[in-house]
Amino acid sequence: MIKTTNYMLAKRIIVRFAAACLFVCCFVFSGVQAYAQRDAVPTDEAIIAEGEKLFSEWACNTCHRVDQKLVGPALKGVYDRRSIDWIYQFVQNSQRLIASGDAQANAIYEEFGGLQMPSHDLTDDQVLSIMAYVRHTEENPPAAAAATDTAGDGTQVAAEGGIPSKYLNIIIGALIVVLVLILIVLGLIIGVLKKYLQDKADLDEEDQEVVNEKFDLMAFVKSPTVIGIITFLVIVLAAKNVIDGLYTVGVQQGYQPTQPIAFSHKIHAGQYEIDCQYCHTGVEIGKNANIPSVNICMNCHSAIKTDSPEIQKLYAAQESGEPIEWVRIHNLPDLAYFNHSQHVNVGGIACQTCHGEIQEMEVVKQHAPLTMGWCIDCHRNTSLNTKGNGYYDKLVELHNSNAATPMKVTDIGGLECAKCHY
Amino acid sequence: MKENQKTYWKGIEQLKNDPEFVKKNEGEFPEYLPINEQSSEANGRRDFLKLMGFGIAAASLAACEAPVRKAIPYLNKPVDVDPSVPNYYASTYVNGGDAVSVVVKTREGRPIKVEGNKYSSVFKGCTSSHVEASVLSLYDKERLVGPTKGGAEVDWNTLDKEVTAQLGKIAASGGQIRIVSNTVLSPTTKKAIEEFKAKYPTTQHVAYDQVSAYGITKANEASFGQAIVPSYDFSKAKTIVGVAADFLGTWFSHVEFNRQYAETRRISAEHREMSRHFQFETNLSLTGANADYRTPVKPSQVGGVVAAIYNGIAKLAGQASVSSSFKASDVQYLDKAIKELWANRGKSLLVSGSNDSAVQILVNGINQMLGNYGTTIDLAQPMLYRQGNDMAMNTFAKDLSAGRIGGVIFFNCNPVYDSAEGAAIAKGLAKASLTVSTSDRMDETAAAVTYVAPDHHYLEQWNDVEVKPGKFSMVQPTIAPLFKTRQAPESFLKWAGQTVEYYTYLQNNWKETFFAQQSVTSDFQTFWDKTLFDGVFEVAVEARDVTYSAEPVAQAANSIAQNYKVQGQGLELALYEKVGLGNGTMANNPWLQELSDPISKATWDNYLTISMAYANELGIEMVDGETELVTLTVGGNSVEVPVLIQPGQADGTVGLAIGYGRTSAGKVGNGVGVNAYPFITKLNGANTMDVLAGVSVEKTGKKYKLAQTQTHQTYMERENVIQEATLPEYKKDTAAGRWSPKIYKEGEYIKPSKITLWSGHEYNNHHWALTIDMNTCTGCSACVVACQAENNIPVVGKEEVLNRREMAWLRIDRYYSAANPAGNKKELEEASANPEVTFQPMMCQHCNNAPCETVCPVAATTHSTEGLNQMTYNRCIGTRYCANNCPYKVRRFNWFKYHDNTQFDKNLSMNNDLGKMVLNPDVTVRARGVMEKCSMCVQRIQAGKLQAKKEGRKVKDGDIEMACASACSTDAMVFGDLNDPNSKISKLLKVEEKEPGVKATDRVINEDRAYHVLEELNVNPNVWYMTKIRNKDKQEA
Repeated sequence: MIKTTNYMLAKRIIVRFAAACLFVCCFVFSGVQAYAQRDAVPTDEAIIAEGEKLFSEWACNTCHRVDQKLVGPALKGVYDRRSIDWIYQFVQNSQRLIASGDAQANAIYEEFGGLQMPSHDLTDDQVLSIMAYVRHTEENPPAAAAATDTAGDGTQVAAEGGIPSKYLNIIIGALIVVLVLILIVLGLIIGVLKKYLQDKADLDEEDQEVVNEKFDLMAFVKSPTVIGIITFLVIVLAAKNVIDGLYTVGVQQGYQPTQPIAFSHKIHAGQYEIDCQYCHTGVEIGKNANIPSVNICMNCHSAIKTDSPEIQKLYAAQESGEPIEWVRIHNLPDLAYFNHSQHVNVGGIACQTCHGEIQEMEVVKQHAPLTMGWCIDCHRNTSLNTKGNGYYDKLVELHNSNAATPMKVTDIGGLECAKCHY
Repeated sequence: MKENQKTYWKGIEQLKNDPEFVKKNEGEFPEYLPINEQSSEANGRRDFLKLMGFGIAAASLAACEAPVRKAIPYLNKPVDVDPSVPNYYASTYVNGGDAVSVVVKTREGRPIKVEGNKYSSVFKGCTSSHVEASVLSLYDKERLVGPTKGGAEVDWNTLDKEVTAQLGKIAASGGQIRIVSNTVLSPTTKKAIEEFKAKYPTTQHVAYDQVSAYGITKANEASFGQAIVPSYDFSKAKTIVGVAADFLGTWFSHVEFNRQYAETRRISAEHREMSRHFQFETNLSLTGANADYRTPVKPSQVGGVVAAIYNGIAKLAGQASVSSSFKASDVQYLDKAIKELWANRGKSLLVSGSNDSAVQILVNGINQMLGNYGTTIDLAQPMLYRQGNDMAMNTFAKDLSAGRIGGVIFFNCNPVYDSAEGAAIAKGLAKASLTVSTSDRMDETAAAVTYVAPDHHYLEQWNDVEVKPGKFSMVQPTIAPLFKTRQAPESFLKWAGQTVEYYTYLQNNWKETFFAQQSVTSDFQTFWDKTLFDGVFEVAVEARDVTYSAEPVAQAANSIAQNYKVQGQGLELALYEKVGLGNGTMANNPWLQELSDPISKATWDNYLTISMAYANELGIEMVDGETELVTLTVGGNSVEVPVLIQPGQADGTVGLAIGYGRTSAGKVGNGVGVNAYPFITKLNGANTMDVLAGVSVEKTGKKYKLAQTQTHQTYMERENVIQEATLPEYKKDTAAGRWSPKIYKEGEYIKPSKITLWSGHEYNNHHWALTIDMNTCTGCSACVVACQAENNIPVVGKEEVLNRREMAWLRIDRYYSAANPAGNKKELEEASANPEVTFQPMMCQHCNNAPCETVCPVAATTHSTEGLNQMTYNRCIGTRYCANNCPYKVRRFNWFKYHDNTQFDKNLSMNNDLGKMVLNPDVTVRARGVMEKCSMCVQRIQAGKLQAKKEGRKVKDGDIEMACASACSTDAMVFGDLNDPNSKISKLLKVEEKEPGVKATDRVINEDRAYHVLEELNVNPNVWYMTKIRNKDKQEA
């Protein structure tokens, strides 16, 4: 365990170091050919917001980061390195620019292993607004970047209520010590009293017998009361185990099968922060989130890590025409209807709520039990995301006139059978 | 208190009050259930131990490890296909000469449901039971998987080479080639056939129709010089007279007619008018059942009835009459019909289903005198559905038998089975050197030919359809071909030496022909895409000058006088098509086989319909489906067929449905019923479904059981179920016919809803409800099949229907009614001679005070905050208390596992991988031992709500439709949200807006016609029925 962590740490350091080196290179490069058109990039907030929207809409972050080289170069300071006009042309149609023999374009093309930036149907103003967003991010780097790693643990602790188990153990330990002490004291008292009685001479025969009676362990064990109590306990414990066991039938929480391709969410979703929807295209539109098809993988892997044996499996699949048979991890029974778009698109629920810290998972495992109790629990406790949704207007108004707490899923029939079973 | 004094009954046994029947209906189940036979005492303990042992073993095994399941994504995901998100494509249902514009719902690239296309000005979103069921035929396991030669599989190249070589040889030696088909509606396919004919000039294209309209085209040729069938517009007619024309059930474009007809039958307090419909017919048809005045006539009287109308109208119009021994007074209501036709001239319509051109010439003459051409009849827009030529077909059969035909190609038709010349063709085929069929399965004809070049199913192909001049509808594939089939027109092109793909050919044809007819766009691709998206392309056609000629009338009248009699002697046979199975081309579709006939309520059979009087004469009794086999003999042909006593059957006649008795349709259709096609005869050169002489029936004494669903789950003395009035009564009082029960409490009579144990529900968000207008419901049964397709309802087979275990969530109850109760045999005959009919679709009523919910021990059936009565299968333990406590008997119990069970292999949609592709993935396939019922299509409600939420808006009226309501051609069913004051249903029911906090049960409905079935129980359903209004002068019959 420690070994892997160390390894990962080392790997991360190396990656960071490499990135840093590249930055240096970039700076050196930019030093040679500085356009310094930074001031041409607007700082107007509306334009920045527009740029941010475009940046995510066009999924720029799939290949680019502001301050990190990914599939494509880091965008930081691009306006210092190139002319704005050049940027327009390159973003809109890099192929044409490369074909025209532009030296910078060709240099980039070769630097990134002959991987071409696809054409984007963006206007000059739109490209400029993306630049504005890049400049804004560069000049105001997000402060909490380092803090995100630990955020996961914090939520876990907060979720548990009542006395922390640590204190509970101490209390129980203290109680046991007290009980043992009491037992010792009682034993001592018995010994003293016995000795006192034995020393007394005027005891008659019967009393003598009582005082000197030997404790017969066997007789005690064989007594019906003890047998009865033990049998009862055994049956109760066994029954509890059986019942508990039956409740877990079909529950696959923690299920972590080996997949045909060692795909790492940690690298893709964690390290490279690729949006979940980039691959799971159905999550906002339909019932299924969709396991990505090979052509989505090929968007990047037609050029990235082409010689990795795992990536080679993608090429093999494409060549043979046989789809990849992933092992299904989340198995809802057929009788339950679940729709991703209802929860993600309408409800605004993060993927992690049900799937756990997926961006940390090297191999995906089932985070939630996916039992009906778990579903119901959430429907009881979750407030509805009704903001700006005309569908809920009347319901919210009605609810607020009667209740003080926010409207939960259960308040609008979220626990009804036919919400999920039909 | 009760205004209505009629007697209502559902089956003869109920009318007779048969003691056995009454006894059966007293118990929960009709008989001691054989399912319990196993648990006799001797086996009970052992079985229990076995089961317990198995249970423990199964539980511990299940605990070990769950099976590994795979998630297999696309390799290359198509852009338009997102798993779980349905796509809709416009296409056209085509089956022979029938076509309907449709929208196909696909999931993950599989068509799963067919609905009507609202963009079509002809069909306006209407469907029929055939259209709804057609999607299952796509996944029929009996379809051929590739071309065959002599029954063995070959590849296309071999077949093409051999067929082309032989065609060349025949053509070179001057031998005759024939292409035989049903009506071909596709202009591009016709062009492809022309190319074939150009290559092989001795080719002739012979078209025939199972139910011919050749006589009608011939009559129009005589009257107007055009061999066509004109378009009818029932919506403009105030008086409708049908003479042996089942225009609502099976005749021509009945889908279209249903919608038009309903427009004239929709009434409200603001519009207290409706059309009056007279029907003169032999068998009680769907159309007759909807008529205001119906008169049973023998087939031999049909000509006379028309002649009498002709003379009646001619007299009123001051024109020459024709010689006829018929008098209008001979037939009940005929005088009245004539007077009203004349009174509403220009706004009336007379249609006859007779294929005798003489009769149709008089019909044309009558409509001409009435001035109906140009208003209710449109000669410029003929219907193209039936273009068959009976004489050509007859000549072909003779030529084939005589060995004068070298090669014959049967293009998507099955004449060996479904033509009058079937036997002759079957025999003659051996004499042709090349025989080819493009049938999709090894049907009767395909089995008799050498080569089979199977065509695509309509959901797999590209094509175009022209239903009326200028009214085009596109056929667009919604799935890649499942098998190695090839589109038949492409085969013709290939055999004609062209290598072009049919899609390209079609596109080119459209570029050349139809693109030029429009001026909206100059870019062909835009035009093509738009046409495909809309599914229809419509251009105006010039009105043609037509002149009427009265010349043939006299000769036609003479022919009628010869062929028809005022009072025919002897038994007559009237063949007919059933609403469910139609002409039998879809016989292997179990949804249609199990669809209970709207009139007879029988499934899985055809039968000889006879009148009560004739049954008494023969001494045949029919109780609970138990009947006798008789031998029907016509000329040299005789078949053994069960008898069904049909109220309303004309005296001295028997009826028999075509479309049954298939021998090579497939597992489902084979051996069901008897084949009636050989009984088709010729009259005036055209096929006729009426046999006027030489019919005899003999008892065999053999018993037979017909699987009728009607008397299942019925209780008697429930006049409050059907509430009806006549139009004059309604005009005076919009609440006419309504029966409002009162309950006695503490010295006064109060409304049942005033006494209740229930605390009631508040619906703050939505309040879903359904209204059913019994006045516009024609009983066409499209909704029943739509429900079956949408909700994965299993087919149980004849045996289980007999055991009263049919699973349909939605049934159409058919009630007969007569003025007088029937105490003895004579009265019984009178009552069932010509009863009135009412249709009442019945499904879960989603009661606000639901009796089922209170008795479920495990809370498997509960109430939602939106008014739905929810059924949770995974919670149900099968006590069946709910079904027992349901006053409407709409709950269905899964007595067996109907999926993956070889005993139910007729349940095609659940018993093989191919069939399972039709299942709706949003609806659970129910397991054995659970109860199920109508859910108000909760999956559609949820999907509609989700869409609204995603778009951040309220649910709009019309966003969500129940499968039945969307299939309804007549808009008799309206589904919607009562909490939305702007919804169609709120306006229809005149719902008063409800303050928050007011219970749903206290909601005020101001529409006088709306009522709850069994209101006295105060179960307070969310399904409202509207009274049936008959356009009769006074209550009678």
